[in-house]
Amino acid sequence: MAEKSGADILVECLLDLGVEVVFGYPGGAVLPIYDALFNHPTIKHVLVRHEQGATHMAEGYARSTGKPGVVLVTSGPGATNAVTGITDALMDSIPMVVITGQVPTQLIGTDAFQEADTVGITRHCTKHNYLVKDPAKLAGVIHEAFHIATTGRPGPVVIDIPKNVQIATAPYKRPEPVAHASYRPQTKADAAGIDAAVEMLAAAERPVFYTGGGVINSGPEASTLLRELAALTGAPVTSTLMGLGAYPATGPQWLGMLGMHGTYEANFAMNQADLIVCVGARFDDRVTGRLDAFSPGSRKVHIDIDRSSINKIVDVDVAIVADVGSALTDMVALWKARGHEAADLSAWWAQIDGWRAKKSLDYAENATEIMPQRAIADLYTACTATGKDVIITTEVGQHQMWAAQHFGFDAPNKWLTSGGLGTMGYGFPAAIGAQMGNPDSLVICVAGDASIQMNIQEMGTASQYRLPVKIFILNNEYMGMVRQWQELTYQSRYSNSYSDSLPDFVKLAEAYGWTGIRIDGPADLESGIRAMIDTPGPVIVDCRVAKLSNCFPMIPSGAAHTEMLLDPSQVKGSMTDEAKALV
Amino acid sequence: MHIQEELSQRHVLSLTVSNEAGILARIAGLFTARGYNIDSLTVADITQDHGVSRITIVTNGPPKVIDQIMAQLDRLVSVHKVTDLTEAGPFVERELALVKVAGVGEDRIEALRLADVFRAKVVDTTIESFIFEITGTTDKVDNFVGLMRQIGLVEVGRTGVVGLIRGTEAI
Ligand SMILES: Cc1cc2nc3c(=O)[nH]c(=O)nc-3n(C[C@H](O)[C@H](O)[C@H](O)COP(=O)(O)OP(=O)(O)OC[C@H]3O[C@@H](n4cnc5c(N)ncnc54)[C@H](O)[C@@H]3O)c2cc1C
Ligand SMILES: Cc1ncc(C[n+]2csc(CCOP(=O)(O)OP(=O)(O)O)c2C)c(N)n1
Repeated sequence: MAEKSGADILVECLLDLGVEVVFGYPGGAVLPIYDALFNHPTIKHVLVRHEQGATHMAEGYARSTGKPGVVLVTSGPGATNAVTGITDALMDSIPMVVITGQVPTQLIGTDAFQEADTVGITRHCTKHNYLVKDPAKLAGVIHEAFHIATTGRPGPVVIDIPKNVQIATAPYKRPEPVAHASYRPQTKADAAGIDAAVEMLAAAERPVFYTGGGVINSGPEASTLLRELAALTGAPVTSTLMGLGAYPATGPQWLGMLGMHGTYEANFAMNQADLIVCVGARFDDRVTGRLDAFSPGSRKVHIDIDRSSINKIVDVDVAIVADVGSALTDMVALWKARGHEAADLSAWWAQIDGWRAKKSLDYAENATEIMPQRAIADLYTACTATGKDVIITTEVGQHQMWAAQHFGFDAPNKWLTSGGLGTMGYGFPAAIGAQMGNPDSLVICVAGDASIQMNIQEMGTASQYRLPVKIFILNNEYMGMVRQWQELTYQSRYSNSYSDSLPDFVKLAEAYGWTGIRIDGPADLESGIRAMIDTPGPVIVDCRVAKLSNCFPMIPSGAAHTEMLLDPSQVKGSMTDEAKALV
Repeated sequence: MHIQEELSQRHVLSLTVSNEAGILARIAGLFTARGYNIDSLTVADITQDHGVSRITIVTNGPPKVIDQIMAQLDRLVSVHKVTDLTEAGPFVERELALVKVAGVGEDRIEALRLADVFRAKVVDTTIESFIFEITGTTDKVDNFVGLMRQIGLVEVGRTGVVGLIRGTEAI
């Protein structure tokens, strides 16, 4: 058999695996791979400006297309710069394969130039990782890495390849699929769990579907099935931040997001329910609030592909270890086979309508300043009017929450946000990755003035690849979310939360060959948004919003779902040490 | 404000894992990263082709934490099987210790007498010292070491616990 170099084997494997895009940055320890990719006819390489950018681009690409994101970086600083994005992908269950160069095998352990213990550093922020010391093992490892990244609970996998392994040769044959010795995620539910779940749903008087990112992970079919099961049962649906779009925001049974910044009706329905069906969500602390007060009177069913998510935080009555799509298929089939009809939930819906009447997302409009909520609502209206496929990414902070609350998502894979790690600097590169994977979509990053500066260097990347992404900055001249917590907890002592010395974003846009638009007041809001959408190519919008607006509703940390703050008048300005100590 | 701790129970976990570089770091690191306790950990390869190792971990924690530890270990790609021996039914556990004791006269005789009671073997001796080899449960080893401390304990080396389920089945 003809031998190939390690670098060629890698490229061959990427082709076999259908990889179309690699986000990367070159350096000494990956030069052989870069040479193998030189002018490659099918694999497109996107040259980023910082390796963290590459990882978030891969995440955005993956979340919006359902395909794994692929990253290529050099040893040492290349690998360490990628760590934040790798951790982000782990927390949010994003399929990603990161290839890192390493110093040649004979230099490992000698503090060689640009040596870092990449497998050591990434061991606990990856789903799995490898150091490949033999080119003959490379093909098997690469195929296995993609399998592990994309199946079960998806996540990031790192493959560290020493430079001499990229150059040395070995026989290459496309590896046959082999059953893994120990990795076999359970995707099909046990019949008993499905049976119990269906009967509990049929008998429930106050059921709620609590859905999460697992529905998105499972693929678009799972969202269709969720809609079907919701329609069959008539039960209300809420979702975590990560699951938005799985059930349509325009759907009749939609309660809005739950949790810390969720709606009054979603959180009260969780609190008063007699049955919670958790579909691919993980009872995060942003969602549960104070644990002993979390949905105290309900029985709970939990569908999750990862057994460790079940009973981790909240004890459940029925555990279903399975892929969401597979479990929902079984539930829908059994519901129909048993001839169940939707129960009469009118009393439950009447109660919910009472909570809805609180209109917890309402805010005081303002004639002279743009309310950030209004900016998002108008953005939503304008986007819907285009009739285009729209993908929204966010940075982290108040703007992220306002986007989640005031932009309606009707389909999965259209909402990309950093939930688990909450990484400022995620949103803009994620938008670039999403645009790469969806060239015809309108991709908009909703950003804050502080977050956007964390990976602003990627403007050059968007220019280079002619990616028409839009950045919509809700500029309040504060790290608004930090300021909000300081108002709640530290009597408004704004320690280091003012965004001093902001750049002129319009001039910055021009410097990179983008279009810059500034929206100063309510009168310019609609036209400014229209201009952003209609302008071809990348655009930055510096939207000046009310500086001191806060994000409500809010369940302060450590409080119960029923202890929501609905408006600023309810803020006390200080907290107990126990509450202060919570995240 | 003071930080509260929960009540713990001792559990012996037995894992089979792929015998590959970094596996011990994966397991040990999981325990430190998630704040679980390790009382002892032993590892050695157990198959003819050196493909699989058995790791025995003695840990402690409230039942919910033990359940999480099991689930977290189980989802590691290189872990084949995790069994909680404490829950799985009757099992045998042993550890081995080397115990160095120094002394002369009556102390020396008393050390030998106690060693006999505990079925500890003398594996090294000088005029003023012994090294005993003792095998048994953790409690038995603790007791022996405790008694030797009163006589003239110099130092101890312990292997940590290994365990197997009773009967004909493998786990
Ligand atoms: C500033 C800020 C504020 C926030 N406020 C809120 C808030 O108010 N409300 C809120 O909800 N979140 C909020 N979050 C996000 C929060 O931190 C968590 O990221 C989020 O709640 C987790 O969502 P999830 O439970 O859907 O889990 P994910 O992290 O999406 O995890 C998915 C779960 O599904 C499982 N799964 C994956 N794939 C499958 C499959 N194929 N089949 C079955 N199961 C699968 C996984 O094992 C996992 O248990 C906030 C974040 C930030 C940064
Ligand atoms: C990398 C990183 N560092 C720090 C934080 C903590 N943090 C959360 S929100 C926030 C402020 C965000 O400010 P901005 O981007 O202006 O958004 P706003 O809240 O004003 O909408 C900070 C500092 C974080 N989430 N990520």
